[in-house]
Amino acid sequence: MKIVIIGNGIGGITAARNIRKQSDHEILVISAESDYFFSRTALMYVYMGQMKFEHTQPYENWFWEKNRISLLNAYVKSVDFEKQTLHTANGQKISYDKLIIATGSVPKKIGLSGEGLKGVQSLYSKQDLELLEQNSGDVKEAVIVGGGLIGIELAEMLRSRNIKVSILSRENAYWNSVLPQEEAQMISRHIAEHHINLIANTELGKILDDGSGSVKGIITKKGAEIPCQLLLISIGVQPNINFLKNSALAINKGVLVNEFLETNITNVYALGDCAEFENPKLLHPPIEQLWYTAQMQGEALANTICGHRQTYRRGVWFNSAKFLDIEYQTYGCMFKQPLADEETFYWEHSSGRKAFRANFEKESGALRGFNFLGIRFNHPVANRWISEKRNIGLCIAELKKGVFDAEFSKQHHRKIADEFFRQFPAYAKTQKTNKLKFWM
Amino acid sequence: MKLVKNIGLAVFLCCFAIFLCLPFMGTYRLTSQQFESVVSDSAHRAALAPNMQAMFDKSYANNFNFLADYGQALDKTNQQFKDKEAWVKVIHTDYALPLAKISARGFVKEHIQTLFYICFIISSLGGLIYFIADLFLQKKGDTQHKQVFKSGITNRGISAIVFAVFLIAFYILLYQAPAYLSNWVLMVDPLSIKLTGSQASQWFLYGFMYCLVMLVMGLKMLIKHRHSNYQLVRTVSVIFFQVAFAFMIPNILTLLQLPSADLKNIWPLDYTFFFDYHLNDLLSAGLLGYWMLGWGIFLIVVGVPVMVYFFGKRWYCSWVCGCGGLAETFGDPFRHLSDKSIKSWKIERYLVHGVLLFAVVMTVAVLYTFFTGSSTLLGINTYGIRQVYAFAIGFIFAGAVGTGFYPLMGNRVWCRFGCPLAAYLGIVQRFKSRYRITTNGGQCISCGNCSTYCEMGIDVRAYAQRGENIIRASCVGCGICAEVCPRGVLKLENGPENNRFENQLNLIRAKNEV
Ligand SMILES: Cc1cc2nc3c(=O)[nH]c(=O)nc-3n(C[C@H](O)[C@H](O)[C@H](O)COP(=O)(O)OP(=O)(O)OC[C@H]3O[C@@H](n4cnc5c(N)ncnc54)[C@H](O)[C@@H]3O)c2cc1C
Ligand code: SF4
Repeated sequence: MKIVIIGNGIGGITAARNIRKQSDHEILVISAESDYFFSRTALMYVYMGQMKFEHTQPYENWFWEKNRISLLNAYVKSVDFEKQTLHTANGQKISYDKLIIATGSVPKKIGLSGEGLKGVQSLYSKQDLELLEQNSGDVKEAVIVGGGLIGIELAEMLRSRNIKVSILSRENAYWNSVLPQEEAQMISRHIAEHHINLIANTELGKILDDGSGSVKGIITKKGAEIPCQLLLISIGVQPNINFLKNSALAINKGVLVNEFLETNITNVYALGDCAEFENPKLLHPPIEQLWYTAQMQGEALANTICGHRQTYRRGVWFNSAKFLDIEYQTYGCMFKQPLADEETFYWEHSSGRKAFRANFEKESGALRGFNFLGIRFNHPVANRWISEKRNIGLCIAELKKGVFDAEFSKQHHRKIADEFFRQFPAYAKTQKTNKLKFWM
Repeated sequence: MKLVKNIGLAVFLCCFAIFLCLPFMGTYRLTSQQFESVVSDSAHRAALAPNMQAMFDKSYANNFNFLADYGQALDKTNQQFKDKEAWVKVIHTDYALPLAKISARGFVKEHIQTLFYICFIISSLGGLIYFIADLFLQKKGDTQHKQVFKSGITNRGISAIVFAVFLIAFYILLYQAPAYLSNWVLMVDPLSIKLTGSQASQWFLYGFMYCLVMLVMGLKMLIKHRHSNYQLVRTVSVIFFQVAFAFMIPNILTLLQLPSADLKNIWPLDYTFFFDYHLNDLLSAGLLGYWMLGWGIFLIVVGVPVMVYFFGKRWYCSWVCGCGGLAETFGDPFRHLSDKSIKSWKIERYLVHGVLLFAVVMTVAVLYTFFTGSSTLLGINTYGIRQVYAFAIGFIFAGAVGTGFYPLMGNRVWCRFGCPLAAYLGIVQRFKSRYRITTNGGQCISCGNCSTYCEMGIDVRAYAQRGENIIRASCVGCGICAEVCPRGVLKLENGPENNRFENQLNLIRAKNEV
């Protein structure tokens, strides 16, 4: 059987590797971006000179041939689902028995005139990074539109070259669409410490041309003018499926799939950033644009294709990021506001660089999730506690079990517990008394 | 602050330039009295003197001519012995360095103290200022290594090659022709006399410079990692063991005319431990000598396995060891240059275990000779094996390549490919230890920071992205992977052995229905 995968990102490659582990099927991975799989998440480090591009490649180049995974650097122009054939931009025809669409995302556009000017761009692909390298030559000031995960990475990148950076954010604090107010405020303060100008409650109004086809500044919707020689649009991404439009494949924003990652066409599957769930899990987004989810989907789909048909179940939600110097880990479904049946507890360290939040069900005290800023926490522990619906009192009392900070680090679990039981004395009773031994 | 930093650098560079000029300076004139005071062995004196008559009271414009003449005189003397087949009389003692030191005239000799301050103290202060400025320039908690691949010295540029050549040349001279460095040794004479009661040898100079470099570069580590207690404690520990155990204690023991010993140096890294002269030294030194012998053997038999069982090999390699200490301080800026390929891992395993085997065979042979008095074992001369080991491993591998290649192959070339003690510690760590680097469930984003900054060339990411804990013989537990990881995925820890190999991804994956 010949399995063709479009896209050599984490989704496509995880599927390919896991299919190879379980079977002898012929596997071909096609991508127009790079010869070999690389880690998109590390692009920023290449720009900052912390790594070379080759370091972003998780496997050595001989790996693919040794594991009989064929690679092809080509752009797929269209798919003939009837004849089970792909057409590449350079006229090649490639047939398949099973097709996996793992084409990832493209950055969203704002839709203003001037987005085509030199010095206006987004960051998603390797090519974008190369363009950014060219564009940031003698830039003094840059504006980033969108205060999200990629926006802050961009800001850090540019700051490493001493470029003056402003971020336009629609919300009133950094990433306030996802982070609760306290966390968003804390990160906003940290952003200011790094001499990055976060302009809240502001949207892009107009892009200014310098007369020679390059950007020279912007005007916000409120009318303020900000000069810049580089304008970065990072207002999110959307599925990269333009080449599939007007075909028999059912698509909405992304390629529609069921919980088996199957599309409406037999033998055609989609996963990763480009897939959209017809019936998303409660509280989960229909399109999951994460490294982790693409990886898990790849594993699940490989099982299905190799004859162990199984649904993709992502388990307890988790994610992580790093905002300049502050790491962020989140476990469970943590929203900007606690849900109606939830109680929330927030603790912040006096340094303003560490914070902790726990949400739990009001009635039963069952743990719903954690947010950690500047504190590392053990994923399996959080996962177990949340899926067991463990009582919050117990979790807080045993927080130490999950602390994942480096040895000899200052520990905060005691202060967190004291504060929690002060605010929620009712849970003090549920604490177990068995103390942890020092060697545990 | 940038300016202050640059001033610090400029001060250092000026002092360093002066330091580099010194070996080429001064004139030389040897008197026969000086000759007699240096060559203490009367037989040597009698044999050498006739061939050296022409040198006495002759003025030399530089060290090189002087040493060339001495070399000729020595060769001539030894040739005469060889012609007569008087092998035992051949002179192996190195008189070149003390002769060069004593016959030096002129600027250097007259300004020893001043030059000592310039070359060692002021240059160090320059370095310290350069790094202390980072307290203000570099934010606390910045775990990143920005620009590392953009600067020539840390990215195998021309400056890195020049620096490597300098280091290699330094090691070659230090081991093979220290007399050329006589002016450097002269500068530390006063200090040596204070500390040990005798004139400095090239090894005193080396030990002193080693400590100084570790102190200055150690301070840089402390500043860079001031947010991380693990790094702070570990760095203070390696500096302490170098300065106290490798430098001060042995020198003070020498002053007290006791057998000097680096009490933290363990066989087979300390490959001379079982050499006849060393054993005889210890056995003739009374209780202290016996204790030192016992301590050395205790470390090998009990200390290493027990400590590695509880803490991993890091207790030695990145907390105590001198080679490790230099690598973690002076070598830190080059840590990312280690090769991460599977091929180099393969080479590493052959080489490092090969050296361990070599060390064991050599030591068995040496001990055989010690106990039986016979100098051949299975038809091979045990002194021959010993010499080959000392040259190939002790000098070439550990010194010239081990440190000289820092700017080209990373800071742990010796520790990774050559150190027999690391091989021994590693075997225990791999198979019987509570130490591991735990991977945090599914949080890895395969970015590769951890692998890039692993000085031992471990492809940390290969484990982390599969949810596997990192359990590798070579891991020295420096903790930098955990620090540079932007997602908090890695944690060095000691824990129960039974779940050491547990897959962390399995712990968080939802149980799928089939
Ligand atoms: C800068 C940045 C930082 C990020 N950081 C994080 C993070 O910290 N954590 C996290 O969870 N997620 C992060 N993400 C998101 C994460 O990288 C994506 O969710 C993930 O890469 C999606 O993987 P994928 O396999 O679905 O698609 P992709 O990685 O996008 O791979 C798709 C590939 O298919 C190719 N392709 C598309 N169409 C065609 C075609 N027609 N013909 C041939 N080839 C085609 C594309 O060129 C691309 O190479 C980040 C993203 C970016 C851009
Ligand atoms: S363990 Fe951390 S540093 Fe290493 S690849 Fe994973 S996320 Fe990156």
